[in-house]
Amino acid sequence: MLNRTNIAAQWAGWSERVGRVRAAARPIRRRIALFFAIVGPGLIVSNVDNDAGGIYTYAQSGAQFGNTVLWTLIPMTVVLYISLEMCSRLGAFSGKGLSDLIREEFGFRVTFFLMAAVLVVNLGNVMAEFTGVFWATDVFRINRYISVPLAAVLVWVLVVLGTAKWVERIFLAICLVYFSYVISAFLAKPEWLIALLHLLPPHLIRFVPNIRPFVQVPLFNASYAVILAGLVGTTIAPWQHFYLQAAVVEKRIGPRQYAHTRNDVLVGSISCMVIVFFIIVCTAATLYVKGIHYVDNAGTAAIALKPLAGVWASALFAIGLLNASIFAASILPLSTAYVICEALGFESGIDRKFGEAKIFYALYTALIVLGAGLVLFFGRYAKIILLWSQVLNGFLLPVVLIFILILVNRRDLMGDKINSRGFNWVAWISTAAMIVLTFVVAYTSLHELFH
Amino acid sequence: MELYATELMGAKTYDAKGNYVGRVREFFIEPAQAPNRVSHFLLSRGHFQPLIARHDQVSSVTAGRVELNVSERALELYQPNESLLAVQKDLLDQQIIDTRGRKVVRVNDLDLAEQRMNGSVELRLTQVDVGLPGAVRRLLQGVVPSKVVRKLQSKLPHSGIRWEFVNLIEPDPLRRVKLRITHEKLEDLHPADLADIMEELSASERQSIIASLDEETAAAVLAELDARLTTRIVENLDPEKAANILEEMAPDAAADLLADLSKETSEELLDEMPGHEAEEVRELLEFDPAAAGGMMNTEFVFVGENSTREEVLEWLRKQDLNFDQLDAIVLIDSDAQYSGAVPVARLLLAAPEERLAALKMEPLVTLPPEANEKEVFELFDKYNLRMLTVVDRDNRPIGAIAVDDVVSRLVK
Repeated sequence: MLNRTNIAAQWAGWSERVGRVRAAARPIRRRIALFFAIVGPGLIVSNVDNDAGGIYTYAQSGAQFGNTVLWTLIPMTVVLYISLEMCSRLGAFSGKGLSDLIREEFGFRVTFFLMAAVLVVNLGNVMAEFTGVFWATDVFRINRYISVPLAAVLVWVLVVLGTAKWVERIFLAICLVYFSYVISAFLAKPEWLIALLHLLPPHLIRFVPNIRPFVQVPLFNASYAVILAGLVGTTIAPWQHFYLQAAVVEKRIGPRQYAHTRNDVLVGSISCMVIVFFIIVCTAATLYVKGIHYVDNAGTAAIALKPLAGVWASALFAIGLLNASIFAASILPLSTAYVICEALGFESGIDRKFGEAKIFYALYTALIVLGAGLVLFFGRYAKIILLWSQVLNGFLLPVVLIFILILVNRRDLMGDKINSRGFNWVAWISTAAMIVLTFVVAYTSLHELFH
Repeated sequence: MELYATELMGAKTYDAKGNYVGRVREFFIEPAQAPNRVSHFLLSRGHFQPLIARHDQVSSVTAGRVELNVSERALELYQPNESLLAVQKDLLDQQIIDTRGRKVVRVNDLDLAEQRMNGSVELRLTQVDVGLPGAVRRLLQGVVPSKVVRKLQSKLPHSGIRWEFVNLIEPDPLRRVKLRITHEKLEDLHPADLADIMEELSASERQSIIASLDEETAAAVLAELDARLTTRIVENLDPEKAANILEEMAPDAAADLLADLSKETSEELLDEMPGHEAEEVRELLEFDPAAAGGMMNTEFVFVGENSTREEVLEWLRKQDLNFDQLDAIVLIDSDAQYSGAVPVARLLLAAPEERLAALKMEPLVTLPPEANEKEVFELFDKYNLRMLTVVDRDNRPIGAIAVDDVVSRLVK
């Protein structure tokens, strides 16, 4: 018998140099791989935010008030980041999803009613997304009875037949399509410096002498308040928090990788708001300037752009809308089915076979079929559907935020990673402000519905 | 008579004279005394301090009503006790491992059975309800009369797990000892099933389970787990325990694991391991994980080509071999160079005096350690291999790639 170690030792002598080079290269490669393994949830979740309802609200606010709404973007970025960061931290340090934690800490009954609310609210959101699909395809004169079912099938197939890794790559690629709004904005030829100036609160900077002539100060009236509430309501949605935390847990992000995830959430929150900035600037420089203060829907906003900023700006605006709607329509039903099944103890996940996770697949399919079907049958009430989905979102959001705040301050779950006092102040004040805004939106939406 | 934990929560309690004492807010099991007996009831009395009723002080239990066989004065004040398992806090809504169904489930409710003792009534925990009936009870209890709930649930499909097959998950090691929670039942599961279960748990729960498993099982489970999880688990283990687990793993699996750890951690663990094993793993660590050298295992069976079947079998019996490495036997000539490989199936059917050289597979296929993954896959596919020998520049065998390593890489 031969000594194996000797044989290997001969080889090892030669390969030592090679090994050293490779060992040196390993940390860099690993760090890059690690970044890509972790980047994603935050970026995806904030971008899905700019969905059909969002784009409509941004286009409308730009058309109605021009640059004067831009100052809200910075505080909104802060609130979006704060609320999402808490969820990613909860996920990374407790290792559990938001719905699991609510179930474990607040019991079955609370969880059941919360999940019932999530189901209703998210069905409304899914309907709003399919509404976005037909708005966008109307711009290209494609029949909605073709485009909406096609989009529904596409979404269903993508998620059920694709592997998780590929689906996420496709989602990340889709995030790039949002860039179409940047191009649209450039084609609209706005006065960039003035637009950037309006990112600062206008009531404050108008006191700076040299700047004063360029600053437009908003009039605080009822319709301005409604638009503000609408902006916040479409930007921060309850389902995002469930999705983000589930994704953090699913990606096995722990305390050590948490710093990467926090950056991911930060980059996501900022990039989401950058896109919002371009959408508002685009409609402010065209529709608002030309006196078109009211757009019926996001599709008509795209059509109205055509004579003002050219065919390309209009087409890119519509493509952005279509992309956003399909993107959100593929994520929402999935995350809803997942969250509900996790909380109530049904088998879930796209890696399960149909027979193993019947309720999960049934919920997922029903959300898509119902969402697309209702939109087709009640197409002329699209505006009402959208308003309702925003109102319901608004009611659910403070509830979810309060749960998050209670959980994230629990030392037995989070150890020393509970919120700092300052962070808590900002978070509770934002929650309180959102409750107030919710009532503003609810009041005005209901007012609009019944008159 | 069957009872459910939900029906007992909030039950009004009366003492021997029929005086109202308080409501049941929680009940406990004392695993050190009896693994399934409800041992204590916590009775809340509004502003007053809560009382504790022992199992032998209870004379009857029905849905929503508990009667004691002593007077209120005989009851003790409640003191928190770590060795008691609280049904509401530790069980309801929490995750448990169903060791028979081999999955992680969430508890909806508990089924209790009444057992009459001398002058008292004991409740025994029989099943954990993870299905719809439990969910319906949790939802409707206290809102709809018990009778209606019972009628409704009888129409629903029942899915429960017998208490013997329940494995609790307790991250705190001290409490686990006090509650007598062991993971013996988990050790009987197939490592791949156990790995699937672990992936559904949170990090601290995973950590606690690995730490309490025996080293052999822990090694088998780590080999099956997602690489991102294994590195984190090993980093957080006590180094001595981690080294012991690594020792139990096949050298290639151990090398894969160590390659993902930081330089210092992996050195520390290698130093803890016995010299021979550490040496083997160190050699493997030198190879690129994506090349043949990174896939191979240095533990393989090789014999001289002139030995007979009988001699080889005789020798094999004496070795402490892992079956995973016994797909084929590598042959070497008098210069210690590779001369072929004999699949074990051929060896099985050969005559006792047959020389191994006559049994070897044609054509001879080998690869150098720097060959990439794809070449390995292609050879396995083309020649339907179960094992492929890796040779150095002098054509000497230095390792072998088994078919299971190829399959697990293809699945990724």
